[in-house]
Amino acid sequence: MSEKLLQVEQLQTEFTKDKQKIRILHGVNFHINKGEVIGLVGESGCGKSLTSLSIMGLFKGTSGEITGGHIRFNGQDITSLNVNEMRKMRGKQIAMIFQEPMTSLNPVMKIGEQLMEPIRIHLNLNKKQAKEHAISMLKKVGIARPDEVINEYPHQLSGGMRQRVMIAMAMSCNPNLLIADEPTTALDVTIQAQILELMKQLQQQEDMSILLITHDLGIVAEMCDRVVVMYAGRVVEEANVFDLFEEPKHPYTRGLIGSVPKIGDKRDKLDSIKGNVPDPSDMPIGCKFAPRCTQVMPICLEAEPTSIMLENDRLCSCWLYDHERGEMHV
Amino acid sequence: MSNKLLKVTGIRKSFEIPSGILGKKKILKAVNDVSFEIMEGQTFSLVGESGCGKSTTGRLVSRLLTPSEGEIWIDGEEISQKKESQLKKMRQKVQMIFQDPYASLNPRMKVRDIIAEPLLIHTKLSKLEQQRLVSEILKVVGLNESHADRYAHEFSGGQRQRIGIARALIMKPRLIIADEPVSALDVSIQSQILNLLKDLQSEYNITYLFISHDLSVVEHISDYIGVMYLGTIVESGPKDAIFSNPQHPYTKALLSSVPIPDPKLRKERIILKGDLPSPMNPPAGCPFHTRCPVSMEMCKTIVPKVTQVALDNHFVSCHLMSS
Repeated sequence: MSEKLLQVEQLQTEFTKDKQKIRILHGVNFHINKGEVIGLVGESGCGKSLTSLSIMGLFKGTSGEITGGHIRFNGQDITSLNVNEMRKMRGKQIAMIFQEPMTSLNPVMKIGEQLMEPIRIHLNLNKKQAKEHAISMLKKVGIARPDEVINEYPHQLSGGMRQRVMIAMAMSCNPNLLIADEPTTALDVTIQAQILELMKQLQQQEDMSILLITHDLGIVAEMCDRVVVMYAGRVVEEANVFDLFEEPKHPYTRGLIGSVPKIGDKRDKLDSIKGNVPDPSDMPIGCKFAPRCTQVMPICLEAEPTSIMLENDRLCSCWLYDHERGEMHV
Repeated sequence: MSNKLLKVTGIRKSFEIPSGILGKKKILKAVNDVSFEIMEGQTFSLVGESGCGKSTTGRLVSRLLTPSEGEIWIDGEEISQKKESQLKKMRQKVQMIFQDPYASLNPRMKVRDIIAEPLLIHTKLSKLEQQRLVSEILKVVGLNESHADRYAHEFSGGQRQRIGIARALIMKPRLIIADEPVSALDVSIQSQILNLLKDLQSEYNITYLFISHDLSVVEHISDYIGVMYLGTIVESGPKDAIFSNPQHPYTKALLSSVPIPDPKLRKERIILKGDLPSPMNPPAGCPFHTRCPVSMEMCKTIVPKVTQVALDNHFVSCHLMSS
């Protein structure tokens, strides 16, 4: 049935600051099936973006490194690939779009040149063929006058058009996996709706998998098949999108969903999660969410809960469920 | 009963944009004939996409900018063209909260001094008296005395926004202009701040002019809403009318674009074509006609008039309504 395209297993990523290692990702586990759209959600600083950078191996110029675990793509462990092998992978099999389309496009390079770069490198096309391919990609993402746009610079385009160019570039080599890190956060809602619609269309046409990183639960509900909720560098809950919104299991997920104002919602007060995300260099002992949790128990302050399997293939790391279900550790 | 605290009629603001050394100056009409009013103790929200003029409107009302035309009445006083020296009294009544809690607090000042600064300018209170008020206000916004001697960078985004609110609150203002106060915050923190703003309103009868691009936030906090597009209010009315019975095609599209956090409610959306036109070169006629799914021939040339669609102060500027 569903084939696993990407498996992230016990991923640990650390940064060095003042000669001290600070672990940001603490054993992140999840997988993406072929053709599936996975949402990775959580507050800022929970490690969502770092997870995607770890998958792409984008640590150049930082002290970041993967210190444990595996990332398997089509069965192959890509954490052990060298720089050149990884370079061949990036852009071809795994492509990425970033949040800020202005800063992720080169301002002094024409759109066409930027688009043709990955096409020429990965698809082995000559200049003329690459140009044709670039124009057809721009057409595909709904840019009105593609043969003129390829001769323009990024600053001449609007935010929505720039993000379309980014998508065209990411899609140009027919990747199996697209990682989209907050792809619409910098855009207005009407433009966001256009871009999400486009991503959905392309995903279905090409049977591509998407890892969608976002803090917007509305987008998750709209786009994703399955959702992975992260907190403090750990996966705290994973479930299919319907189950997650119907009955969030982890108190953190419950708090997140409750704090979103919904249109048509007559609540006078929103739920909120008290306090703040803990500092990675000063993590509490036990469950990292315990200081903010409304259902905290003595055990939560002592030991960290492990992930347990609940009905419908749901995963949740919380002592509430360990207690109810005895020793059902995964 | 309740009185009008703020009345804005026909304000306009244009900016001159230089283009090259010899080039002709271009005119950017940021706010183009905007009128609205707010009753004391209520919240009026301006909502729209970037570049629609909502922040400029907020800055005109607080007189950080001077309108090119139009009148602004605050508590029975017309302030649109007053000089800075004459505005001091008004500034005690009107305070602002800004979007970016990182940029709007002085990094070299202690929280105590940031919050006390308005008192220094507007009152002759003794140092001791000032500090007593600061400690009081810190409690009101959910911080405590021990926070007063720290610097802004030691706080998280949500706490910083609380400091910004404390600074606005210390003058006991009648009107607070909040420009995207929760946009930079995570959802869980965002809801803390929204709840705080609501509590403060019911406790001190504060009036809010709330500026946001986020429709779900706006629905949660507002009594009245004005939807802006390219410098004009295209639809305004009570919250329920706007959300359950939107009339302007732009309002409908905007509402339909908002992703709903419930996967069972996935829906067909109204997807607008194209981008927002540049305010430097706005389309003739109805400003929305270039993206409007139901645009007619007359929309390209004639600017629609404001029409009242229902008894409850629901106004729309669209030819579909007036015909």
